[in-house]
Amino acid sequence: MKGIATHWRLIPQRYNLVGTKCNTCGEKFFPPRYVCPKCRRAGNIEEFQFSGEGEIYSYTMIHTAPEGFDFQKPYILAIIKLKEGPLLLSQIVDCKPEDVEIGKKVEKVFRKVIADGDSGIIRYGYKFKLKSS
Amino acid sequence: MVGIVGYGVYLPIYRIKVEEIARVWGTNGSRISKSLFIYEKTVPSIDEDTVTISVEAARNAVEHSEVNPKEIGAIYVGSESHPYVVKPTATIVAAAIDAIENLTAADYEFACKAGTAAIQTCMGLVESDIIKYGLAIGADTSQGKPGDALEYTASAGGAAFIIGKEGVIGEIKDTYSYTTDTPDFWRREGRDFPSHGARFTGKPAYFKHIISAARGIMERNDMKPKDFDYLVLHQPNGKFPETAAKTLGFTREQLHNSLLVPYIGNTYSGSTLLGLAATLDKANGGDKILVVSYGSGAGSDAFIIEVTKENEKRRNKKTVKKYMEKRIYIDYSTYAKFKGKLKGVALQK
Amino acid sequence: MSSRVAVIGIGITEFGELWDESYRALITKAGTEAINDAGIEGNEIDGLYIGSMSPGLFSGQEHVSSLVADYSGLAGIPATRVEAACASGGLAFREAYISLKSGLMDIVVAGGVEKMTDSPTSSVMITLMGAGDQEWEAFKGATFPALYALMARRHMFEYGTTLEQISEVAVKSHHNATLNPNAQFKFNVTLKQVMNSPPVAEPLRLLHCSPITDGAAAVVLATEKKAKKLCENPIWVEASAISTDTIALHDRRSLSRMDASIRAAKYAYEQANLKPSDIDFAEVHDCFSIAEIMAIESLGFCKPGEGGKLTEDGETKLDGSIPINPSGGLKGKGHPVGATGIAQIVEVVEQLRGDAGKRQIDGAEIGLTHNIGGSGGTCVIHIFSNR
Repeated sequence: MKGIATHWRLIPQRYNLVGTKCNTCGEKFFPPRYVCPKCRRAGNIEEFQFSGEGEIYSYTMIHTAPEGFDFQKPYILAIIKLKEGPLLLSQIVDCKPEDVEIGKKVEKVFRKVIADGDSGIIRYGYKFKLKSS
Repeated sequence: MVGIVGYGVYLPIYRIKVEEIARVWGTNGSRISKSLFIYEKTVPSIDEDTVTISVEAARNAVEHSEVNPKEIGAIYVGSESHPYVVKPTATIVAAAIDAIENLTAADYEFACKAGTAAIQTCMGLVESDIIKYGLAIGADTSQGKPGDALEYTASAGGAAFIIGKEGVIGEIKDTYSYTTDTPDFWRREGRDFPSHGARFTGKPAYFKHIISAARGIMERNDMKPKDFDYLVLHQPNGKFPETAAKTLGFTREQLHNSLLVPYIGNTYSGSTLLGLAATLDKANGGDKILVVSYGSGAGSDAFIIEVTKENEKRRNKKTVKKYMEKRIYIDYSTYAKFKGKLKGVALQK
Repeated sequence: MSSRVAVIGIGITEFGELWDESYRALITKAGTEAINDAGIEGNEIDGLYIGSMSPGLFSGQEHVSSLVADYSGLAGIPATRVEAACASGGLAFREAYISLKSGLMDIVVAGGVEKMTDSPTSSVMITLMGAGDQEWEAFKGATFPALYALMARRHMFEYGTTLEQISEVAVKSHHNATLNPNAQFKFNVTLKQVMNSPPVAEPLRLLHCSPITDGAAAVVLATEKKAKKLCENPIWVEASAISTDTIALHDRRSLSRMDASIRAAKYAYEQANLKPSDIDFAEVHDCFSIAEIMAIESLGFCKPGEGGKLTEDGETKLDGSIPINPSGGLKGKGHPVGATGIAQIVEVVEQLRGDAGKRQIDGAEIGLTHNIGGSGGTCVIHIFSNR
C-alpha cells in the first residue's frame, strides 16, 4: 500500500492545519515550509496552527474527476485564503454550487478525502464549508 | 462531584423524507410517519462517516467545555458503524482534537447504547482520579436494509460528552444498568445490514430494559417521575419512547425536549446522547434529568443528572436545534449513492 | 566568446490517438526525419537530449535516455532525459543548447516524445497531476483543468475577461490546425460550440482543454561553425531562458498571471536585445485557452488583463499583428506533453524557413516559443531568427 507513511507524517497538517511561521519576518506558511523563502537561512521557523477560518479566493466545479473522486462529481474545488494569510486548495462541501462566490467566508470541517480501495487505509483531512451566520 | 463538563453534537446537513423512501418501495409514507412518529431522517454525505461525525462532535465538546485537550486522559467512541473493524475511531479523534499522546483510548460496541457505556467508563476513571477529563462519544451512520422497516429510521449523527470534576454543568448523581442476553437486533461479521426480531424488539427488548433500568435507578435513589424536570430515552422511533414514558408515569412535557427522532431519525449510538444534549441546551440550574439508553443485545444504562448553575453561564452555542435547522433534502437515488448501498460506489480509489 | 547555436534539422510525427504507434516508433520516426533534414550522419551526433514527462506512469518505462539512444541505433552515445512536466521538451532543447554553448559538443539532437493513450483517461488525469503538488493538490481531488479553471476564474474576476474571449482562443486554434497536416484536430469549431461543450472544470469546457495525444518531435542543433558548413538556411537561437515558480498554485503571489513566464520573458528579451514589439509571431503554451491569454500578457504583447481583448480583436490570428500559435497550438494540434516544447520549435523553424505552407506568416523573421510546466512551475522561452 503506497503512501501510508507519507499520509501519517502529514496528519497534523491534514487534520489540524498545523503549519509554520517565520519569526524573523512574521510570514505564515501552510502547507508548512522549513525554509522561509524571504529570509532563507536568516529565518527562524516554528510551528503555527491555523484557525481554519478563511474566505473563498477562487473556485471551480469539477466534472471530469480523477480516479476515486468520480462519485463526488460535480464537486467544488476552491482556493481559500486563510484568515492568517496563506492560500490553500480544498473542496467546499455541504452547499449548492450557486452558493459559492469569491469573497464568501468559510470554515474548516473534518471529512474523508479518499480511501485506498476497500481494504486500504482511509485518508481523512480538512475540507471547508460556508460559514454559518 | 463527577459530571458533564461540556458537550458537542453533530448532524449531517442532508435529509431524506420518509415519504420519499416509501415511494420507492411502494408503501404508504404518511401511514408509516403516523405509526412510527417519524417524518424524515439525516443522511451522511459520501465523504462522512462515524469518524468524521465523532471528530466534529468532539471538537464542539472541547470548544464548549473550554478544556485543554491535552488534559483529556481517555477517549471512548461507541458505534455500530465504525469504518474500520480493526483500528479504533478513538485514536483518529484523539489526533484530530490534539489530545495525543498521554491518554487511553478504545472503541465500544453495544448497539445503540455504546455511547452511554463510554460515559460510565469515563465516570469511573475520573471518580478514581486516574484521569482528569474523559471524552465519551456515541456516533453512527447506521444502515437500514433496503425495503426493511428500519430503513425509514436508521440515520446518522453523534454527540460527545466530556466528563470531569471541575466546571461541571450537569452532575451525574448515579448510574445504574440493566443487562441481559436478548437477541432482538444484531449484525454478523461481514454483513452490510443488521437483522432484527420484528415485534420481538418491543416488549421483551426495548421496553423491558428501559423500564427496568428506570425503575431500578429511581428506586435506589428514592425518586419518583414527578421529581424530574426532563426525561431522555433512547429513540428508535417516536412511538416507543412515548409509550415507555407513559408506562413509567412520566408526562409528554417531560419527554418532549429530547424527542428528536421525528426529524433526525434514529442515530443509534448517538440517539440518547443527542436527546441529552438537546435537554442540556435548555435546562437550568437545579433541573433534574433522568436519562435511560437502550442497546440491543440487550441493555439499558440509566443516569440521574442534576444540572448546575454553570450550565446557564456557559450555554452551548452550537445547539442541537442549530444543526437541525440546516437541511438539504435529497432523493432516494442520491441517498443510495451517499450511503454506499450501490455496489462499487464509494469514496475510494 | 562562445559561439552561436542554430537549428539545422527538424522532424515531427503526426499528433493524435495513434494506436498503432509505440513510444519507441514515434521518437525514432521524428529523430530520423530531423537527421535527414539536417543532412548529417548518425556518427556526427555528439549527444541526445530527450524530453518526456512520465513514460514511467503512462507505460511503466523509465530510463528512456538509454532506450532512445538504443532504438535510434546509436547505443553508446551520451544521452540525457530531461523532465519538467509539460515543459520537458522546451527544457530538453535548452539543455542541448547549453551543451553546445559549453563547447563540449558540436552537434546534438533534442527530442520530445509522449505516449499517453495506453491508459484510461482517469488514470491519465492522475499521472498529469504529478506536475502539480502531490500532497496538497492531487490529494484533494484536483485535476489540471481545475487548476487552470481556478486561474481563469480569478482572471475573469480581476480583469473582466469573458468566457467568449477565452473561447475565441479555441476557435482560432482549431482554424489554424485545419492548415496543419500533422494536427490532431483538423476541423473548425464555432464560438457557440466551444461555449456549449461539456463542462470539465467550470468555467472551462471540453473545447477549452488541450487533448490527450501521442506524438514526437525532434530538432538538430549545431554550433555556428558546423551550422554554416552543413546548412544553407540555419535558424539561429537568439535567446534561451528558463524560470521556475512555486509548484503549487496556492503558493503563487497571484492566480491571474504566471511569474515564471514574466521572468523568463524578461531574461529572453535581454539576451536577444529585443522588445516584445520585435517579435513577429509566437508559439505559446495553450494547454487551456486561458493559458494563451495569460501568456500573451506575460510576453508583453499587451498589458496585463488585455489578453482577452487582443484575442477578440483578431490580432492573434494568422493575419493579425501578432499571430499566436500558427500551428494550432496545444489545443488544435495536440499536446503529447513531453513533445510539445520541441514541436513548438519545429513550427517556428518552419515559419522562419518559409516552409509553413498554408499557415505561412508573411515576412516572419523573429519567432518565440513559450513552454510551461504544470500550472506555471516552470517556463522555458526561446527566441529564434533567420537573420
